[in-house]
Amino acid sequence: MTLAVFFGCTFIAFGPALGLFLFTIARDPLRIIILIAGAFFWLVSLLLSSLIWFIAVKASDPRDEALQKGLLIFGVMFSVLLQEAFRFLYYKLLRKAIEGLVALSEDGCSPISIQQMAYVAGVGFGLMSGAFSMINLLADSLGPGTVGIHGDSQLYFLTSAFMTMVLIFLHTFWGILFFHGCEHRRWWEIAAVVVMHLAVSGSTFWNPLYVGSLVPSYLLMAAAATWAYLLSGGSAQNLRRFLLCLRSGASPQPGS
Amino acid sequence: MITFMNNSDSEEEPCNERTSLMSAESPPVPSYQDGLQASEAGGAQAHRKRRTGSSRSPNNIAGGDASNSGVPVRESASENEEEELTLKYGAKHVIMLFVPVTLCMIVVVATIKSVRFYTEKNGQLIYTPFSEDTPSVGQRLLNSVLNTIIMISVIVVMTVFLVLLYKYRCYKFIHGWLILSSLMLLFLFTYIYLGEVLKTYNVAMDYPTLFLVIWNFGAVGMICIHWKGPLQLQQAYLIMISALMALVFIKYLPEWSAWVILGAISIYDLMAVLCPKGPLRMLVETAQERNEPIFPALIYSSAMMWTVGMAKPDTAARGPSQQTWDAAEDGRENHRSPLHADSQRSETRSPGPTRPITSFEELEEEERGVKLGLGDFIFYSVLVGKAAATASGDWNTTLACFVAILIGLCLTLLLLAVFKKALPALPISITFGLIFYFSTDNLVRPFMDTLASHQLYI
Repeated sequence: MTLAVFFGCTFIAFGPALGLFLFTIARDPLRIIILIAGAFFWLVSLLLSSLIWFIAVKASDPRDEALQKGLLIFGVMFSVLLQEAFRFLYYKLLRKAIEGLVALSEDGCSPISIQQMAYVAGVGFGLMSGAFSMINLLADSLGPGTVGIHGDSQLYFLTSAFMTMVLIFLHTFWGILFFHGCEHRRWWEIAAVVVMHLAVSGSTFWNPLYVGSLVPSYLLMAAAATWAYLLSGGSAQNLRRFLLCLRSGASPQPGS
Repeated sequence: MITFMNNSDSEEEPCNERTSLMSAESPPVPSYQDGLQASEAGGAQAHRKRRTGSSRSPNNIAGGDASNSGVPVRESASENEEEELTLKYGAKHVIMLFVPVTLCMIVVVATIKSVRFYTEKNGQLIYTPFSEDTPSVGQRLLNSVLNTIIMISVIVVMTVFLVLLYKYRCYKFIHGWLILSSLMLLFLFTYIYLGEVLKTYNVAMDYPTLFLVIWNFGAVGMICIHWKGPLQLQQAYLIMISALMALVFIKYLPEWSAWVILGAISIYDLMAVLCPKGPLRMLVETAQERNEPIFPALIYSSAMMWTVGMAKPDTAARGPSQQTWDAAEDGRENHRSPLHADSQRSETRSPGPTRPITSFEELEEEERGVKLGLGDFIFYSVLVGKAAATASGDWNTTLACFVAILIGLCLTLLLLAVFKKALPALPISITFGLIFYFSTDNLVRPFMDTLASHQLYI
């Protein structure tokens, strides 16, 4: 496979996330730390779920195909639930951290709000999840080979890149929704995030049939994006003002 | 070892943990513009000097600026402000350490993945004489444990030797030793590295060009590390020599021995820095007593602070106020240096010592850096490099180890702020790194491979 595939898939998968990182996270050291800690929490959740799956597989008959498939489905679902559980734990940790920051600040308010932390935590989860899904593929795409030579889909790399991108975005929005639900004690928001995550992971079981996994994921991403935008204080009016470069309360002016 | 070293404060009482925590007093650094900062700095400095070995709580760590060494008079009054400032600067200081550690690891991983020379087995160091090519697992384990014991004892001996030299003020010997080590690193190891990189990419280079390149690189490096130079150039050279040293270790340490050595060295670091009679702790305390900075070639400093307007003649000690250095590393480094020209850790010495004592109003660099010993860089990079070299070509393992080490560093800095004592920088990071290496390689990799083959996403 060629360099074009490598660079193309890298930028499809990680380009938006890199933009998010450079423009919103890289300047503030506290956000970088929250990002890395979020990545760490995702990693720990993956570790535990892999442990469970590994034990289950070792305890079962390797030749029984249906059982192995069933264990895989169980592994995926359990991993999703564990990721959300760790997102909750991370929320708890960040809440404590905010209390510490407030206590230590000069003017009684924290240098970073829980909403910003929710966003950064979501990006952290997303980046780590995307990296773990995509990096090995990217490394292989630099080497020799023919995609789909045994009859599999030839769009493997491309669809993986798109799936990774949508997953990174989804994790970001889920972070915002989840933390908002935890903050305001709206359990149905949290449940919605878990259900969405299960739905997206479940849709990937269709996978050589990419219309069954990519299309629902992108639709869910659009829904989650709108919901997170509205929860963060956005509205149609804000959006219109931003797009037309209006200043608040003034006549339309070009540029900002 | 991570420390926020401020000016060394003299300790009149016998050093033990309690007294060092309570009675540390260092003369306040007068050259702060902000009076608040000055008081904090004074306090922080006293604490820092004491604490060189320990990691401070995040507050302290972050607020490298404020010397924690305390002027007890101001202690109570400025403690709150100190904490605020430390926290405000805390995250910044963590990032100041994240960036060089990340850069070093990137250089090592990139080299390991592309230049095959560093993953080929071409003999072993004399410190690890036992071979691992044995048929039985038990024998191999035994050999690696023996290798570790020999390596650690060599390190301990060298550290003790260094501490004795320092105690008896044999500065010329130490400086000569460090200079020799950095000479070997900057010239010989760079030459080998450049040769291997050129071979990998099949690029031809004639000897005159090579001589010119290596000569310039090495000469500027020696000047930057041991004398004066732009801070970023100094930092870049320190990162490069740490990476070169780590590559040497990755190449010449046999597999199981490398992992056992990593584990053993974090335990040694823990003991050497925290035990009252530990060599690194004694080194730090002696340096603090004499108000001198620890050797410039052994520590990475992220920022410089010029302390000007000091009435004291020995401004040398005032240089980098915060130093996180791995005393164990120092010992190890020096220990190895005669034979391997170990990476010299060049301390980015602030030009403070050599500055003339000017008026008190002279602007002082507000940035207080954090110092980390080069040995820490080296062993972090060894862990990640070994993960990249031996984890069945899996990039997930490398990534997991990288994140684990960064989180360990963050936690260490947090502890530093809590305990306000010198803490070793290796144990937490290496423990996390080892746990994540073995678990990712054995548990996560099969899971992720199965998912990838079915193109499932979690």
